[in-house]
Parts: sequence; structure tokens; C-alpha cells
Amino acid sequence: MKPRIGGSTSRETMPRSMRAQAQTKSRRDDFPLLVVHPNLHYLDSAATSQKPAVVLDAIRRYYEHDNANPHRGAYDLSARATQRYAESRERVARFLGVADENTLIFTRGTTEALNLVATAWGRTNVQRDDEILVTGMEHHANFVPWQQLALANGAKLRICGLTDDGRIDLARFQSFLGAKTKVVAFNHVSNALGTINPVREIAALVRERAASAVIVIDGAQSAPHLRVRVDELGVDFFAFSGHKMLGPMGIGGLVGRRELLETMPPYQMGGDMIEFVGDDRTTWNVLPHKFEAGTPNVADAVGLAAACDYLDGIGMDVVRAHELELLDPMMAKLSAGSGVRIYGPRDLTLRSGVVSFTVEGIHPHDLSTVLDQDGVCIRAGHHCAQPLMRRMNVPATARASVYVYNTDADVDALIRGVDRAKEMFGT
Amino acid sequence: MANLEALYQEVILDHNRKPRNFREIEHADRRIEGRNPLCGDEITVWLKLDGDRVADVSFKGQGCAISKSSASLMTAAVKGKTRDETRELFERFHQMITGKMAEADREKMGSLAALGGVSKFPIRVKCASLSWHALKAALDGGGQEVSTEHVGPPQTEGA
Repeated sequence: MKPRIGGSTSRETMPRSMRAQAQTKSRRDDFPLLVVHPNLHYLDSAATSQKPAVVLDAIRRYYEHDNANPHRGAYDLSARATQRYAESRERVARFLGVADENTLIFTRGTTEALNLVATAWGRTNVQRDDEILVTGMEHHANFVPWQQLALANGAKLRICGLTDDGRIDLARFQSFLGAKTKVVAFNHVSNALGTINPVREIAALVRERAASAVIVIDGAQSAPHLRVRVDELGVDFFAFSGHKMLGPMGIGGLVGRRELLETMPPYQMGGDMIEFVGDDRTTWNVLPHKFEAGTPNVADAVGLAAACDYLDGIGMDVVRAHELELLDPMMAKLSAGSGVRIYGPRDLTLRSGVVSFTVEGIHPHDLSTVLDQDGVCIRAGHHCAQPLMRRMNVPATARASVYVYNTDADVDALIRGVDRAKEMFGT
Repeated sequence: MANLEALYQEVILDHNRKPRNFREIEHADRRIEGRNPLCGDEITVWLKLDGDRVADVSFKGQGCAISKSSASLMTAAVKGKTRDETRELFERFHQMITGKMAEADREKMGSLAALGGVSKFPIRVKCASLSWHALKAALDGGGQEVSTEHVGPPQTEGA
């Protein structure tokens, strides 16, 4: 029998909220780990995301059908592995709005990408008494490499303060910029506060007031959650991690401006990154290979490309809208309870799906342990942002973060757990 | 659920709310900072010796209910003990919280037995042992920071 068009079970006739729920329910089904653990409320995607079956399948398919060492063998299988790797780079570049895919260097993740810049560009170009500007909300990965570069090269590390609601204080930021500024490094989205920083606006300020500075963006928390067009940001380097955007661990990348990448020395030496090796000198391969020494992580690049397909299949605007739909009630319900303090901007348009909070009288670790008993996974601690914690004057916070697979049920479980912890600790 | 209640016993919650010996010792022989680099917990332990015995011990700092109550219970448990007795007590305490002690033997731990529930939460072992590591380092003559990073299963913090 022909199905009736517009039948009562069709999604189109459901109320909007029900439809959204049904969509998320089916999306949860895309993630094997969440199927295996039906009672899990995973609210730690800012640390790492779960992986959809299509990503796991793509990795397996690569190993089953196309695995060989790329760029080397003169046989068909190796050519196919090379092809898969190149396609993956092209796919990830398209996802991030990068036109010249050979300016996208695959790395292990954001940390390696930032270290690459701080080492290969920084050690060569930063001189004594130059200044490196970071902000008080950086992850250690975008703080320690610059601090150590400053120490090694005799430069000065400047740390821009924040507003009370956890945004970069632009007036102060501006006052730090000048002829001595060689590096300006900050995150697109704060992992600890969820603050979305106005990258384009800040980049324009830097160009105006510190013409010789390179702008380095830690995009670990923006690439997974916002529609990012790197080419349009007006920055020099953009680092990201695959595992936070539904891809596997161990792959990520650095997008760099071609002129800079071409003049920078290599970061690591070895196979693949050379053009010619003589007994006493070596010349370097072209981009991107110059920065990818050794056998590349082809399988995980293929997995990351599949993650980009999956995210684009949903649409990054829909991803963002879904997160806001969860963030709004989460913040409202948390604030409605007594003794809860939420950090970062209150304005949802300035915030990604991260809520950092404390509950009076309950240490975040204790809260996390209590929540864990109900299958609610949150992060507790300093979020690899100790300079920020000092500035906020808290030793630790609890952090709940959402992604495409979260539902209202996850938010409700969090709220129930917080209430139970309050009861238990008598606050 | 049962595990959670065994972890956060009334004794623990009480010592968390009203930690004992939560003060500085003015003329301490040793002052030592313990720090858990993975979670940011910080604790300072003051120690006053009378010959070979612990004459007074106190602490201050910030941390979770487990680390705070453990420090509080520790100060009460070791006062008057010799260095060797204190070290030996730490040894047994560590066995208890890492699940290497028979249930029956926990009774001999006195008030410290309240922390026995930690053995079901391996990631919280470092919380319960932070103050003890600081005290042990102080007894051994250290005046430098001690760290509990090597205690319990490996746990590192990502973003």
C-alpha cells in the first residue's frame, strides 16, 4: 500500500519542539558509544566529542581497502592511500573555509599546531624585547608555548585582562598593541568560559596598531561548534583538533598564511618533508609536506573528513541553533537554584555550548563524583587554564558542554544531579 | 548509590564543613605545600615536633571534600605519634584507600576508616592522599613542594 502523504506520523506534522527532539533522538542513534550506554548523559564534549558510526566506518574502510604508505610506493594501493589523504585534506579545508588546501598542515591536534607556530615561526622571528600578547583566558596549549618562547628569546609576554563577565577587555587589549608586538595569540572560543571572541574585529585592531605581528588563533573550541571560514577571519594561523569535532583523536591541523609557511623553517625533520638530502645540506619539500615529517596519519585524516561530511550534513547553523536550544534552559535552570554561580557572558550570542559554574559549598570534584553516579559526565577542575582560574579567583569550576547528540534529557539529568548534591552536602 | 553514600559519610561531610586543626602553627618546625597539579588543589601543612614525636600538626588550603576531610582526620590521627608510627599509619591508610586492605582490618584504622569508601573511586585516591604526602615529606625533612601526581591511576587533564 502506498503510504499516505502527510500521515499523522510524519515528522512534518509534529509540533516544532517534538520534531527537534525526534531529530536529536535519531542523531544520538548515530553514535555507537551512546547506543551502548543508553543511560549516559555525556556533557563533556568540550574535552572530546563522541564519534558517529560514519567516522568509525570510514577509518575501518580505509584500513580494509586502501591502506599503504602514501607518497612512496609506485603501486596502485599506495597511490590510493595518497589519494585518500589528499581528498581528506581538501575536504577539511572546505569545511573550514580554506581555499588553498595546501596551507592546511595536518598535525596531532591543536597543541601540536600551536607548538609548530611557536617553534618554527617564533624561535626564528621573535627577538629580544619583542612582545607576545596573549589573553587571560587561554588554554595552556596557547599559553605555555608563548611563555617559553618569550623566556628562550628574551621577549616579553603580555597577558591581557578580562572583563567581569569573561570577555577580552578590548580597551586594555588595544593598549598592549604596538611596534614591538610580534605575536598576538588568543582563542576563538574559550574552553573554560564558552566566550566567543570577536576574532575579525580584534584582527583588524592588530593590523592597524601592530603591523609586524602575526595573529594566531586557537580554534579548538570554535571549529566544532560554529561555522568557521578561516580565510575570512583575517588572521595568520588557525589551529584546530579533530577529536573535538566528531573526528578521531590524534588528528587536527594548522592553517597558515602561505607566505609565512613558505619562509618558516620546518618543525620536524625526517621522511616526506624533504626534497633532496645531500651529505651536508637538505632542501625542503613543498607545502604542506614540508611540515609533515614521517608517515602521515592517513586513517584519522580520512575519519576527520567523514566527520566534516557528517557535520555539514546537519549544517553548522543547525548545530549552533541546537546548542543554543540546550544552553538556554541549562543556564536558566542552574541559575534558578540557590548558590549557583555561572561564569562567562550571560548573553547567549556571545557564548558557545559551554557552561562553567560553581555551587556554593560543593567542590566541583565532589559534584562531578555525585553526577557520575547518575551517568552525567561533566568536567571538574581548572580546564587547563590556570591563569584564568587565578584571575577569576576560583580554584576549580564544574563545566557542562553540549553537542549535536545532547537532548533535554541530558540537561534535566544535570539539574537533578546538582539538586541531589546540594541535598547531600546540606547546602 | 551505596558507593556514593559510603564515600560521603557523615564524618566526611562534617570534617569538610568544619575541618579540625585548620590553622597555622606559629613556630612550626616545618611548613610544606602539597599541590595536585592535575586538579589545582593546594594544601599547606604545618608540623611541630617534640623530639621524635608529632607535637602539633595543622593545615590550610582549598580542595574537595575528600582532600579536606582527609587532611582534617589526618591531623587528629597523628598527633602524639612518633615519626615511624606516622609513616606506618600512612602506609596502612594508603593500602585502605587503594583497596589493598581487608574490610575487617579497616576497623583498626579508627576514625580514618571513614575514608575507606575512596577505594571504590580510584580517581579520588589522589585527593585523599594529598595531605599525607605533604606530611610525609615534612617528616622526611623536606621543605619543598610535594606532588601526588604519581598516586593512583594515571590521570591527565585535557581540554
